[in-house]
Amino acid sequence: MKEVRVEDIIRGVKDLCISANYELERDVMAAFEKARETEESPTGKEIFNQLIENAEVAQKELIPLCQDTGFAVCFVELGDDVRVVGGNLIQAINEGVRQGYQEGYLRKSICNPFTRKNTGDNTPAVIHVKLVPGDKLKIVIAPKGGGSENMSRATMLKPSDGVEGIKEFVVNRVQESGANPCPPIVVGVGIGGTLEKAALLAKESLIRPLGKPNPDPEIAQLEKELLSKINDLGIGPQGLGGRITALAVHVEVHPCHIASLPIAVNINCHSHRHKEVVF
Amino acid sequence: MIEEIKLKTPLDDQSVERLKSGDRVLLSGYVFSARDSAHKRLVDLLDKGEQLPFDIKGQVIYFVGPTPARPGRPIGSAGPTTSSRMDKYSPRLIAQGLKGMIGKGFRSPEVIETMKKYTCVYFAAVGGAGALLAQRIMESKIVAYEDLGPEAIRRLKLDNFPVIVVNDCRGNDLYKEGVKKYARNT
Repeated sequence: MKEVRVEDIIRGVKDLCISANYELERDVMAAFEKARETEESPTGKEIFNQLIENAEVAQKELIPLCQDTGFAVCFVELGDDVRVVGGNLIQAINEGVRQGYQEGYLRKSICNPFTRKNTGDNTPAVIHVKLVPGDKLKIVIAPKGGGSENMSRATMLKPSDGVEGIKEFVVNRVQESGANPCPPIVVGVGIGGTLEKAALLAKESLIRPLGKPNPDPEIAQLEKELLSKINDLGIGPQGLGGRITALAVHVEVHPCHIASLPIAVNINCHSHRHKEVVF
Repeated sequence: MIEEIKLKTPLDDQSVERLKSGDRVLLSGYVFSARDSAHKRLVDLLDKGEQLPFDIKGQVIYFVGPTPARPGRPIGSAGPTTSSRMDKYSPRLIAQGLKGMIGKGFRSPEVIETMKKYTCVYFAAVGGAGALLAQRIMESKIVAYEDLGPEAIRRLKLDNFPVIVVNDCRGNDLYKEGVKKYARNT
């Protein structure tokens, strides 16, 4: 049995909250550089210049990439042979979030849904725990901005709507979102399961390395087709018109009930923030 | 290189009328930050017939809720938030003399109509470029609603702050025109 101390989890989560908000992932930077070359709109090209410069300034001057430092969404893979010692895993993650958002000069954006009173420390985090074989504990932090989250949707299609219905729902969602979720976006799609499973799959697809295709070739083909349809919309960087509306589409699939075809679209902004630590 | 127009706040009708959808503008001078909760409070004051905490005539509101400033810095990360959440409130403020708004994303037909009627302009700043934009903000001072934290109203001093005119005061809309230009019908 491997033991992981809560102090290490707290420190690890704190560091992830900070680094995710200050350091753009290398694959995202590479995607910006490539997109700057292929984008045909002069305004679009200039926006990629600003996004690249923004990432450089953020790291050098210690200013978060975006003022919306997000909801701390946390994916945990807890190995069967791991024991958390000295406290509780969920409490430790929340403590890490609390310390990270305080010490990292990050914005506290979490409030009571009715009174709108801020909780003051960006907790509670949204935490998804998966039990897996092995003796590792993996924690991914994906700070999620409100602007892109607000443009996300889930619905229950009819089985007869089929793959055409799926494509239509995803493309329409992106079209209606326009400039709001800060394009160029990453589109996470969850298909199947139940209502909450589809939404969770859509969110989880966003922590995949940018543009890495689904291992199932048919789903990978669907991702490619959706990306092409989305980029034909002409929304472009920041919705001001252009060829690059999305950097990638990630699709995850789960079997569903014979009566259902659940689908969820979770949109991520261009910063596509996620960092992980393994104990 | 696309030409950039240098513009100083406060704005008057003439300076707003000169701007057209698609113009790149470098904005300098004072603007006021306000987002969801602050807008609600401002409109509540108007409903009660009370005075606003600052004179809004000729002013520009920036829809932003910055991150906390590090010691010695005027402000933290400070990019625009989604403007449509302010659509319910903006027409009231425009009717009071507000001349410009900075945010991201489309506005409602009602806001666009009110902007035409009262000569107001809507600018977009690049969403998610909060670090870059923060470097063009030289001062920040809370003027109202300190209890709202990141949502407090701040007076910000801008220096060549880069924005794009999305909706001019004649009803043109860069979001619609720009997308039409690059859309492919498949």
